[in-house]
Amino acid sequence: MKRIQVGPFNRVEGDLEIGLDVDAGRVVAARVNSPLFRGFEQILVGRHPADALAVVPRICGICSVAQSAAAANALSRLAGVTPPPNGELAGRLVLAAENLADHLTHFYLFFMPDFCRPAYGDRPWHAATAERFTAQTGSAVAPWLQARARLFNLAGFLAGRWPHTLALQAGGSTKAIGAGERIRIQALLREFRAFVEGRLLGDRLEAFAALPDADALHAWAASRSSDAALFLRAATDLGLDAIGRGSERFLSYGAYELFPAGVWQPGGETSALDTGRIAEDVSHAWLYGDAPLPPAEGETRVAADKAGAYTWCKAPRYASEVVETGALARQLVAGQPLLHSLVARHGGNVVARIVARLIEVARVLPAMEDWLRAIEPGAPFCLPAPLPDSGHAVGLVEAARGSLGHWLSVKRGRIERYQIIAPTTWNFSPRDAAGTPGALEQALVGLPAGDGAPPTVQHVVRSFDPCMVCTVH
Amino acid sequence: MKVLWLQSGGCGGCTQSLLCHEPRPLFDELRGAGIEFVWHPALSEASGEEALAILDDCASGRREFDVLCIEGAMLRGPNGSGKFHLMAGSGRPLTEWVQRLAERAKWVFAIGSCSAWGGFSANTPGNPLEACGLQYDTDTPGGLLGKAFRSSGGLPVVNLAGCPTHPGWIVDTLEKLALEGLSAADLDEVGRPLLYAEQLVHHGCPRNEFYEFKASAEKHSDLGCMMENLGCKGTQAHADCNTRPWNGVGSCLKGGYACIACTEPGFESPGHAFQETPKLAGIPVGLPTDMPKAWFVALAALSKSATPKRVRDNAVVDHTVVRPSVKKGGK
Repeated sequence: MKRIQVGPFNRVEGDLEIGLDVDAGRVVAARVNSPLFRGFEQILVGRHPADALAVVPRICGICSVAQSAAAANALSRLAGVTPPPNGELAGRLVLAAENLADHLTHFYLFFMPDFCRPAYGDRPWHAATAERFTAQTGSAVAPWLQARARLFNLAGFLAGRWPHTLALQAGGSTKAIGAGERIRIQALLREFRAFVEGRLLGDRLEAFAALPDADALHAWAASRSSDAALFLRAATDLGLDAIGRGSERFLSYGAYELFPAGVWQPGGETSALDTGRIAEDVSHAWLYGDAPLPPAEGETRVAADKAGAYTWCKAPRYASEVVETGALARQLVAGQPLLHSLVARHGGNVVARIVARLIEVARVLPAMEDWLRAIEPGAPFCLPAPLPDSGHAVGLVEAARGSLGHWLSVKRGRIERYQIIAPTTWNFSPRDAAGTPGALEQALVGLPAGDGAPPTVQHVVRSFDPCMVCTVH
Repeated sequence: MKVLWLQSGGCGGCTQSLLCHEPRPLFDELRGAGIEFVWHPALSEASGEEALAILDDCASGRREFDVLCIEGAMLRGPNGSGKFHLMAGSGRPLTEWVQRLAERAKWVFAIGSCSAWGGFSANTPGNPLEACGLQYDTDTPGGLLGKAFRSSGGLPVVNLAGCPTHPGWIVDTLEKLALEGLSAADLDEVGRPLLYAEQLVHHGCPRNEFYEFKASAEKHSDLGCMMENLGCKGTQAHADCNTRPWNGVGSCLKGGYACIACTEPGFESPGHAFQETPKLAGIPVGLPTDMPKAWFVALAALSKSATPKRVRDNAVVDHTVVRPSVKKGGK
């Protein structure tokens, strides 16, 4: 058996190293190392609670608004204030724009370039795929960057800028748009729809979202030459619909009042979310701690030389079990038929994770059009939300990559404790005290690796769309 | 011109912001000016050993490159070991890679306030991460590379400060260097390119009429000037945010919230709540840059007494309630 370290694992957000034990050309065990420590939970302690809104977006440059939304949500609860409908809709639009942009930035810039590698030069789809998706120079890159920049103009209107806005507040949104701005944002959404329907899908959003099962999806892909169809052709040829099975338990906090919260596992019912069952284990992280702690009582104290540790990432568990989070989890919890069909045979897999993001784009964009129409110019966007001197609150949101929670306690007007569990902390967690590997660690076992192996490990790791800077907040 | 990019103690937001470049998509814009990435962690195909080989070739002088761009703070802890960020696959501190590469680079750019000054990472009480910028430790010269550092092109670290940086600040500075050259005269006292840092955020602020009359916002989403109550530092922060739009149309001020002076060293620790203005005897402690206090006080009193009703009423609501009057007959 041979142990290899794979890194720097690029085209993810942040730095990542994967340790693989390889025997006879197959992975027998994997260890995921998040090699960068950020320390944001300590940065927050002692500050004015509202300062969290300036600090937490800086945890992550790719899911900055999700971090803002989680903090704003926690502070709303702390203040006991419900933002007015306009403020809620504006915040939701900015978060959705970030999530959709992240899904497709992942698709076009991070995930698809792996199919352009010379190792696949003999495959029938290689030439067309490389022409389209080669990193930085493929013909799809510029149109995607254009579409992305224009979509983020929505954030320019509603949140001043992206990333790192202070527009999302406990009482709602700081930017009240008028009828004229609403017209211009509608035009931006139409423009983004045109990109998605023209380049990405080659079909109407509604038609793609209505595909009922895996057979229908493959028939759909066979009849067109869009970017999504190119992906499906390559991925099916490589058998990526049968590999990458993680923990087989899927968690969602629920998003946009469109997708429900819950925990789903194959063959079981969706069970209701109970955040009281969440605890973080630090047995294999360079952090002090004994028994797993619920985040409301969590600690983050560095133990850089701890024996047996191999990452800066904690191991969150739900009812002591490993769970996977992300677009696939959201859609499975929501009962989306195509994704249930895609995981029925081989469990969570690379193709299902990518298709889940595409399905979300197709389902969320029409909802954004509705939310925008529901904004009432002239009605309030933000209410006063004075914060109490003491108290506890939790803010839960769904970022592009999955479930994000902020647990906050305030004492004498200052932040006493701030604990964050980010999506990739769930997916890329190390082993827990029982020795159970995290979701990605499980997904890598059995894959080809070592000298001369195809880049299968690369596809599986990137199928989770990791955000390492969040992981090690 | 060849650009090598590395990331460390930061959020990656400067790269994400850079990808928002408009009007021309980023890679087309750079290619047109003869600029290419040797390697970028988020954007290049090469991964693992292949990527390490590129970095090692650059660090050992076997492969030439021009600009070293570093995003994120330099994490020297714990105890000077650099273990808070060992670069994946290499087992070596990222700080060591940066030191080796900086010796070979013709120019070194700090991308964002983390890599320029240390930023939030350097701001935990006691700085347990031992974080710093490339050539500054908050506002003190020094940092990882030291006060005396000059890259082989003859410049200190070019500080593209901002949290995040505007895509135009990076692209314009790279293009200035590639097409016309960059000299010390193009940088301000703390190494920021004048092409964006010779203005104040206040310049072009859409709330200027409210500022002139000291008609102040009292709560979030109000239209008035945010200097008096909501912590806005636009009159003190060096950047062109209100003349160079963010994301096509925006800025912090246009988004309805305070400028927190994210291009300035130490912005992350203002000594007061970010969204509240500290005052002494009712006068904001932080006055507009270059404005003597007595003048400000006198002018503020005068302008407050002369505030038109329209400006006063509109300042404390979230949409215009009194429109500018229209003269009869269109005269």
